[in-house]
Amino acid sequence: MLAQEFIRNALVAGSAIAIASGAVGYFVVLRAQVFAGDALSHVAFTGVLAAALAGIDLRVGLFAATIAVALLFAALGDRIRVDDAAIGVVFAWVLGLGVLFLYLFSRGSGGSNGAIAARTLFGSIFSLSGHQTELAAVIAALVVAGIAGISRPLLFATIAPDSAAARGVPVGALGAAFLILLAIDAAEATQAVGALLLLGLIAAPAGAAMRLTAEPRLGLAISVAAALASIWVGVALAYAAPSLPPSSAIIGVAVAIYIAAFAATWGKAF
Amino acid sequence: MTGTPAVELRGATAEIGGRAVWSGVDLTIEPGELVAVLGPNGAGKSTLLRVLLGLLPLGAGSATVLGEMPGHRNSDIGYLPQRHGFDSSTRIRGVDLVRLGLDGNRWGLPLSGGRTERARVEEVIGLVDAAAYARRPIGELSGGEQQRLLIAQTLAAGPELLLLDEPLDSLDLPNQTAVSALLARICRSEHVAVLLVAHDVNPLLADLDRVVYIAGGRIVSGRPEEVITSETLSGLYGVPIEVLRTSDGRLVVVGQPEAPAHHSDRHAH
Amino acid sequence: MGLFAYPFMVNALEAGTIVALMAAVAGWFMVLRRQSFAGHTLAVMSFPGASGAALAGIPLALGYFGSCSIAAIAIAAGSRGRMGRNRQQESAVIGTVQVAGFALGFLFLSLYSGVLESLETLLFGSFLGITQDQVLTLLAVAAGVAVFFVLVGRPLLYASIDPAAAQARGVPVRLLEPAFLLVLGLAVAATAQITGVLLVFALLVAPAAAAQRLTARVGAGLALTAAIGLAVTWLALSLSYYTDYPIGFFITSLGFAAYVVAHGIGRRR
Repeated sequence: MLAQEFIRNALVAGSAIAIASGAVGYFVVLRAQVFAGDALSHVAFTGVLAAALAGIDLRVGLFAATIAVALLFAALGDRIRVDDAAIGVVFAWVLGLGVLFLYLFSRGSGGSNGAIAARTLFGSIFSLSGHQTELAAVIAALVVAGIAGISRPLLFATIAPDSAAARGVPVGALGAAFLILLAIDAAEATQAVGALLLLGLIAAPAGAAMRLTAEPRLGLAISVAAALASIWVGVALAYAAPSLPPSSAIIGVAVAIYIAAFAATWGKAF
Repeated sequence: MTGTPAVELRGATAEIGGRAVWSGVDLTIEPGELVAVLGPNGAGKSTLLRVLLGLLPLGAGSATVLGEMPGHRNSDIGYLPQRHGFDSSTRIRGVDLVRLGLDGNRWGLPLSGGRTERARVEEVIGLVDAAAYARRPIGELSGGEQQRLLIAQTLAAGPELLLLDEPLDSLDLPNQTAVSALLARICRSEHVAVLLVAHDVNPLLADLDRVVYIAGGRIVSGRPEEVITSETLSGLYGVPIEVLRTSDGRLVVVGQPEAPAHHSDRHAH
Repeated sequence: MGLFAYPFMVNALEAGTIVALMAAVAGWFMVLRRQSFAGHTLAVMSFPGASGAALAGIPLALGYFGSCSIAAIAIAAGSRGRMGRNRQQESAVIGTVQVAGFALGFLFLSLYSGVLESLETLLFGSFLGITQDQVLTLLAVAAGVAVFFVLVGRPLLYASIDPAAAQARGVPVRLLEPAFLLVLGLAVAATAQITGVLLVFALLVAPAAAAQRLTARVGAGLALTAAIGLAVTWLALSLSYYTDYPIGFFITSLGFAAYVVAHGIGRRR
């Protein structure tokens, strides 16, 4: 299996994205911002289509849209929790724009829009070039470095915002910075597993970790490990069964891990 | 540290929106004292804390905190804001919260640190008697238990002054008395001055060194039995006030006028 | 109006009216209970239901209702903590259910035909080609939803605002919360067959969110939500008919506009 270049690319890019998503995801779940993450992932779809319509590099649209909406959420939100109805309205609107762009684009270009839509929504981890793989690794490394740098004050600000603010932690700014890192991770992960499924790398591994432990360092480690396992086992399964789409396989593993963690701690008080 | 008062105010006046909240205040707090700030709602108790933190400049007079201007020694002050309550579902442990109290404001990874850091965390958890439940998820603990861990968190970095805004607020009476005794112990053993805002002096009576009573724009400070008397409080409020002592030793203040609602003070955080 | 010369437009208008009213009531509670994320996910679950039904050769409607119901129960079960609704866990569960739904749906779609047109219709829908039968089914579901809220509306409101107090007064909160999600799921499943998966959510959230910005009163809020929902739907239908642009774009944009306007008006008060 590893002899094939497309598999190696999938594993390298996938691992990089998994590490970033697992780390980001831990804080997303801790801060109860999974919906914001969901919204950003759907927004990625609109960004790609806007770029397609404008005839520019799809990735420009992808990153611009997600970062812009992340900044919008940061501006709207009270320190940790953005009003979930506000998130819903914004992202429904952005999705509506995506529908319009899809319509306009398909009117203009004939048949090729279907491929773009499907790839954006469900990923194309088996079609990554060597260059795309390198880029994925670099961006993921940047996200991980960013999270590492802010993780301590972010943890403080998340669990005890008033006490943290009293100690000089810039709670609001950290929240905004975190949302931007989330946006970058979401945009990156869209290329691997697609806009609709990237929540599977962000919410499910972290969710499993939270069920298993309340110790933050262990939680982060489990979240990253679960995301990595999802990529590796998912890619292997998709390679073995060609009719199984790789993104479905990857997310299937992630969901299975979450269910297992849930079941293992079913009786415990939460 | 010896000899320098923890807090010193001379002729101080605090103003909000151009209006004086309190004026002409002289106050000295020595290291190791447990002092309660009392008074009706809107009197300016939280304002006093904000002045000491350097968040509100004085309208007149002078203030020094730990020997310097307010705001300059904040890293040596442990400040516990009024509690907004932990989300019961928070999946983090008390010991992690205390550890963050040590250096949670510094960039980087939340490492568990070396032996010194871990020892300090255990020491401070022991100080507040929370060792039995410090490793449980904090959302599962009772209000009193969470409050002890929050206090431990403010102590972790070894402050010289603790400013606590209504720390007994959401606790039941047995817990209020217990936390009051705990704070008195911490004052003595850590040689920390503790200034706490409270509504009811009774749980604190046995442990307080001094009381700072704010009313009618003025402040009176002294031992509880000197300040909480009918004469002193009547003088402070400017209207007849009676202080009654119940058969079980509790003090009840009767005759306070309704304080006008000063929203700026209440929400000044 | 030439618009209504066409039976499909009449059906579309009838369907749109029923959907707008049903979404208004269900959505108002959804926004009040801060369960917009759950609502969106329930909408999403129509996708695996529909593609699974197509793959299995069973009636599509069965697939829609089945998968939305299963998801509602899964979310309700997964959100239960020791002390009632556990928000942190709830969002992780909802996110996981959603991706599981999409992953399965994509798998079924790939196995079934790999034809992408059906994907777009499934996801984004259209108001064209609605049959009279579909309108009647929709009416039946809407009637059921209405009965639910008429019977259960008051205790549900109580449980939504103060679950602990409601529980103490005998409201079966532990039953009502999953029941609400189930009814929401059924309403969503009925609607998604017409508006498509990703856009039913817009009708659920935008009118209610706008109305709740403007008034906290229950009756006025529900009426306002219905009015906004109807206006948005009718306007979107007309605009889509005359410009040929997809109706989903108009519904979401008009809904967003309504929310922004409401936000602006709400601020000025």
